[in-house]
Amino acid sequence: MSEMQSHSAILADKPESWNRPAVMEPEGEGELMEVAMGPHHPSTHGVFRMDVALDGERVMRLRPVFGYLHRNHEKIAEGQSYLASMPYTDRLDYICPITNNWAYALAVEKLAGQEVPERAEYLRVILGELTRFQNHASSIGFLTQEMGAMGTPLMYAFREREKILDLFEELTGARMMVNYMRFGGCRVDASPGWLERTRKVVAGLAGFVDEFDRLLSTNEILMARTQGVGVLKAELAVNAGVTGPMLRASGVNYDIRKVDGYGIYNRFNFRVPLGDHGDVYDRYMIRMLEMRESIGILQQALREIPAGPVMSPTAKLRGFRPKRGEAYGRIEAPKGELGFYLISNGGPNPYRYRVRPPSLINLTVLEDMCLGVNVADVVLIFGSVDIVLGEVDR
Amino acid sequence: MKTVEEIKSAIEAAVPEAAVEIAPNPNPALPHSLRIAPECALAVAKFLRDDAELKLDYLSNVTGVDWPESLEAVYHLYSVEKKHGPVVIRMHTVNRTDQVELPSLTPVWRSAEFQEREIFDLYGIVFTGHPDLRRLLMWEGFKDHPMRRDYVEPDDFEYEPTAHDEVLKRTQTHQAMVTSEPITSSKGSEGGA
Amino acid sequence: MLGEGILKGMAETAKNFFGSYFSAERLTTVEYPEQRIAPYEAARVFPFLVFDGSDWEAGMRCVACQICEKECPPKCIFIEKSKDKKPDALGKQQFYPARFDIDISVCMSCQICVEVCPFEAIKMDTEYELSTDNRFGGLLLDRRQLAKSNQYYHQIHPAEADGVDARLAAEKAKADAKTKITAEAKTAAIAGEGA
Repeated sequence: MSEMQSHSAILADKPESWNRPAVMEPEGEGELMEVAMGPHHPSTHGVFRMDVALDGERVMRLRPVFGYLHRNHEKIAEGQSYLASMPYTDRLDYICPITNNWAYALAVEKLAGQEVPERAEYLRVILGELTRFQNHASSIGFLTQEMGAMGTPLMYAFREREKILDLFEELTGARMMVNYMRFGGCRVDASPGWLERTRKVVAGLAGFVDEFDRLLSTNEILMARTQGVGVLKAELAVNAGVTGPMLRASGVNYDIRKVDGYGIYNRFNFRVPLGDHGDVYDRYMIRMLEMRESIGILQQALREIPAGPVMSPTAKLRGFRPKRGEAYGRIEAPKGELGFYLISNGGPNPYRYRVRPPSLINLTVLEDMCLGVNVADVVLIFGSVDIVLGEVDR
Repeated sequence: MKTVEEIKSAIEAAVPEAAVEIAPNPNPALPHSLRIAPECALAVAKFLRDDAELKLDYLSNVTGVDWPESLEAVYHLYSVEKKHGPVVIRMHTVNRTDQVELPSLTPVWRSAEFQEREIFDLYGIVFTGHPDLRRLLMWEGFKDHPMRRDYVEPDDFEYEPTAHDEVLKRTQTHQAMVTSEPITSSKGSEGGA
Repeated sequence: MLGEGILKGMAETAKNFFGSYFSAERLTTVEYPEQRIAPYEAARVFPFLVFDGSDWEAGMRCVACQICEKECPPKCIFIEKSKDKKPDALGKQQFYPARFDIDISVCMSCQICVEVCPFEAIKMDTEYELSTDNRFGGLLLDRRQLAKSNQYYHQIHPAEADGVDARLAAEKAKADAKTKITAEAKTAAIAGEGA
């Protein structure tokens, strides 16, 4: 931790520009207090540190410090085959392993020009939307936990999450680290029994969202703590590369499922909720509404899923060498735009393997949102960004 | 959206001294990219962001690549307003050893801030004009650039509980250097659960 | 009325709390280790080697082709081929692994070794209570600890094991038919020469 500096030294080195954080003027006299929030902290969603400079309770400067979970995933991937990196992608955003797998499979399929059969696309959508549902439920649960709700909404969210994880275990063999997507389809086909059980679980999800909504959305404490806090303007959000529910809460209509229409998403009828204010309450509400849209997509997909193979007949498991070239494949992960950039030199290993982490880039504007607020609100704003350190640090 | 050739001509029309060329993708079915000389990169970037037809206001991804002759930064641009993309631009450094500067595009797109810091940390490209160029993922006293292909891992094999083959050899040499007592392999110790 | 939202929320919490006395839906805790949930059929924890029959050394299906060792992402499999050969289920002479170690402290249960094995020799176990107090080698399983019988495989993954048995039986039938045809051709040739 750096030693105490005079506040002019801390605040002086800020160039003025519309997309830089504002220079704050402290009200009191004396020195600013520098506090390290983290890396051991119950509310930082993992090992993450924020060096905040405080004037009393108000934040004058905030510098995030990363790298506590850096495992150099990108260099490991350069040393092993494309297939061997698939289980490592599970461990990037460890709350949503299915969407990480999907983004990587999409990027490799683009690179190699590989087709995916229809049933596999439907299975990907079903599992992807289940993942999105449990991610948003857990995210809201953690947000309320940080507000002091002592775990009740979190445990209700986890109760639904357990049902979804049981479905994953029945299909893929593991609750979280599923390793399910392959280049050219999915690893295992879903039995009719599994589809029946999924329909039953999905039928119960709407009631859960209603209950969750009644529990939280009109709660006066939640509204008082989150409305007007951590406002992010749309122009800054787009320029800073923010994506996902955070961007849509600021009013920008950009959902990669609609824009790119990857997979078979253009067959499904779903709306994209947008926020008006860009504060923490909007981000919470966007996640709640996206959970409802996910249920709609799930019901459509479970009705329409065709029979057929789940792996393309041209897919190769071993000795997979895509032609020379580069490709960037991206999906709308629950946290934002998750992209994989791959450069192939014709060999069995990728030449360059890059993960575009939504959580890291969403944190670019953390300082902008947190200036001038109290320390307690910093925890809330940080919780509403919804990050996972496995993705930030890779 | 315009093709790569049309974008190139639009850039050359708007920014007179721009040196832009098309860098073809070795796989012709995938999008090609534009290679931009570092001197005019800031002007070209401003044009790409502000031009009424392109409106590439969203920088999605900044990647560092280590080629044998030079280092490279690759930028993927999309448009949130017009919902098109990607446009890929690339910049090469002069060499890998002493001339590793590139202009930072953070004044144009804020999302480059952390990603350029990461490339500085892991590859060693110095982005001039970056507001806060520090290491991102490695700690502040760290000396080397880990993602480079010639990076040598430090010898920190204190012990591995189930050392085997190559790792066992390294552990034994490390232990011999550090202490005088040799360690036995895991097969020799009480094995079995 | 101020506080209405909080009261509505408390009504939800009360419904869950009192409901947990009446419906299993709302009380989902399983008191491990007194109560256990049976694992799903597809569940996977760590790999094991399958052997047919009752002799684990003679019946082991693994032929030490080392494909799983190459494809394993964290490189936790260590194989040494034998110097001699032994007959496999189809009667062909094959190498066998003199040493087959899996370091389960490194294994990430990704199941790629199972997918790439051409001989149905390595499968996923469901045993997870594996803690040991020996930190040097307690989690390095050798081939004796990894060898488990085909009957055990049928117990933990019945449908999968049935499929594997069917495939192996079909292979054996094909191999037998081929040897029968070549044997008949030979006897016909000898009879043709004799006549």
